[in-house]
Amino acid sequence: MTSAALRSRAWKLLEMVTTPLLPSDYLDLVSPLRAGADLRGRIEAVHPETGDAATIVIRPGRGWRGHTAGQYVRIGVDVDGVRLWRAYSITSPTNRQDGRVTITVKAIPDGKVSNHLVRRAKPGTLIQLDQPTGDFVLPQAKPAKVLYLTAGSGITPVMGMLRDTEFDDVVMVHCAPQPQDVIFRNELHDLVADKKLRLTEVHTDTDGMLDIARLDELVPDWAERETWACGPAGLLDAAEEHWTEHGVQERLHTERFRPSIVVAGDGGEVTFSATGKTVDADGATPLLDIGEEAGVLMPSGCRMGICFGCITPLKTGAVRDLRTGEITEAEPGVLIQTCVSAAAGPCDIER
Amino acid sequence: MSAIDPTAHLTAEQIEELGRELDAIRDEVIAGRGEKDAAYIRKVISAQRKLELVSRGVLLFSIFPPAWLIGTAGLSVAKIMDNMEIGHNILHGQWDWMRDPKIHSTTWEWDHVSPADQWKHSHNELHHTYTNVIGKDNDLGYGIMRVDEDQKWHPFHLGQPLWNFINACFFEYGIAAYDLELGKNLHKRRRKNPEFRARAKAVGRKIRKQVLKDYVIHPLLSGPSFLPTLAATFTANLVRNIWTHSVIMCGHFPEGVQVFERRSIKGETRGQWYLRQMMGSANISGSKAMHFMTGNLSHQIEHHLFPDLPSNRYAEVAVKVRALFEKYELEYVTGPLPKQVFSAWHKVFRLSLPNKKPKVKTPDREQELVAA
Repeated sequence: MTSAALRSRAWKLLEMVTTPLLPSDYLDLVSPLRAGADLRGRIEAVHPETGDAATIVIRPGRGWRGHTAGQYVRIGVDVDGVRLWRAYSITSPTNRQDGRVTITVKAIPDGKVSNHLVRRAKPGTLIQLDQPTGDFVLPQAKPAKVLYLTAGSGITPVMGMLRDTEFDDVVMVHCAPQPQDVIFRNELHDLVADKKLRLTEVHTDTDGMLDIARLDELVPDWAERETWACGPAGLLDAAEEHWTEHGVQERLHTERFRPSIVVAGDGGEVTFSATGKTVDADGATPLLDIGEEAGVLMPSGCRMGICFGCITPLKTGAVRDLRTGEITEAEPGVLIQTCVSAAAGPCDIER
Repeated sequence: MSAIDPTAHLTAEQIEELGRELDAIRDEVIAGRGEKDAAYIRKVISAQRKLELVSRGVLLFSIFPPAWLIGTAGLSVAKIMDNMEIGHNILHGQWDWMRDPKIHSTTWEWDHVSPADQWKHSHNELHHTYTNVIGKDNDLGYGIMRVDEDQKWHPFHLGQPLWNFINACFFEYGIAAYDLELGKNLHKRRRKNPEFRARAKAVGRKIRKQVLKDYVIHPLLSGPSFLPTLAATFTANLVRNIWTHSVIMCGHFPEGVQVFERRSIKGETRGQWYLRQMMGSANISGSKAMHFMTGNLSHQIEHHLFPDLPSNRYAEVAVKVRALFEKYELEYVTGPLPKQVFSAWHKVFRLSLPNKKPKVKTPDREQELVAA
């Protein structure tokens, strides 16, 4: 018998001993980060960056497959005893020696997870992880000239890129309310001193919002640069329009942290048939929130319609995509993204 | 059912007010649920797993009498924790709010021959909805006993002390049969029903796994301790069964607990539902350890009022609920475990014989409410 077959037999025997639990339920007690376990991580340190942002150093479990600069990771954190999932950009370089990864989180008003991570997260805490994902990444071939256009916490994926790969000619335009709100400011200025980066800070409290037309003056050759932009919807919408107008939209790569358009309609009665719960839902609240409120075990992810971590079968009825207003009707095999779908009449969600 | 309705002094309005006060107690706990509660259940689960692991480890050497004793005691406690404070309460959805897929009513499975989903249906949906309603709540004597004067006597009931004793010893099998509604479904016509057959198969699979673990694999792993380990796991299952059976009997069978007629729950309001739960359940008084080992079902009244509140909160809720019983002049049935067990058994013996059927009138609250 091969060793793999032997191992699988031994495992079957173990399962017979631990039933109705699994051997992993016991192994998790002593080694939650082992290979083969559900992917988790342990918070090892929390470093404040600004008044409302902090970098979380995470030791990922053995199953971590590594990331590409610019990608994000979904993490599940227990806040007041409730498991909440959010997506954050990875800010550590891919070649970090100790195998740790960092995310940098900015506390947003009423943000349950972001405030918890920035202000209350304790080293030693276990968190749930997903494999890194996202296509806001650097290309294989090095572009000659690069522009990073960022605002607020939109700097985080770009920091992951800056720390990961050096380019010959890099310009960054970053917007933040005031100098002290600029995350990674010291590190950025060090890069500038080393002549590895040209940086323009736009302080919106004094300078006002960045008018995209000012790029001509700030970065005269912007249209020739491979550009990565990340920030609030307003900035990204303006950038997309601007790049398209000049016919260079293929050089612009954007990453959004929030869904952009909200279209609401009439709601309806939502049944979660696997759990046996029925609740009234309005036409503007994502079904993910409705389910979570009702105590249904809803898978979730980025909560903005990009990661597909929340997809769930729609058994009957219809739902509306909150970004486009598009109606999806139930058919066998139809999966919906609950984080950007609201009830459009009575419907049955298989959870 | 006693000849006098102990809630007759309450007006329909008072009952609705009582309902609102209970809702407020519930809301307060829900608003305060948090990190501490989550840490509590995780700690209990982790302790149970370690205890079971260590006990089974010790039993590998059960040929030595001290090892047999310690291992059997530990395994009995571990099985009781699994079924009561952990399994019963998780399957009630008490911890669903944590959104942890590993501690959730839809994913949990327990050390019990009745599969979790079948038990959830008969227990959560039927028993907790129709608590103590004759003909609707099969927990009233589990279909093999008469536990109220109003239930019809049959010569079969003469043997009910014996039936109850056998049920206590093999309680998990009794529950599995009960969840399958075996009595009803064994009729020739129903036996072929595909839905019943699928459920029976699921029970069969669960029994096979449980039996294999406790009576084949674990003893085999014990090598020369095969027979002592077999005896140990049998004893642990027996202890668990008798303990859980006793606790559950204390919940609804002791003297002073009310039962209800089918028609009395027609058009029942939220307040009336609460009132039925209050009058249809009985508590057990005792130490913290005792409450823990009963899975906090010693707070049966509070559990029936709020089946999905985390069990670690029932003790604090009980203080407020008891104050409401006093305010509305209702009897809070409670007592130490031996007294309640005796009371329940006494009833089982007494009602094995026929009695004169007392005539009772429950006030028709539906009309009263319309009038109010």
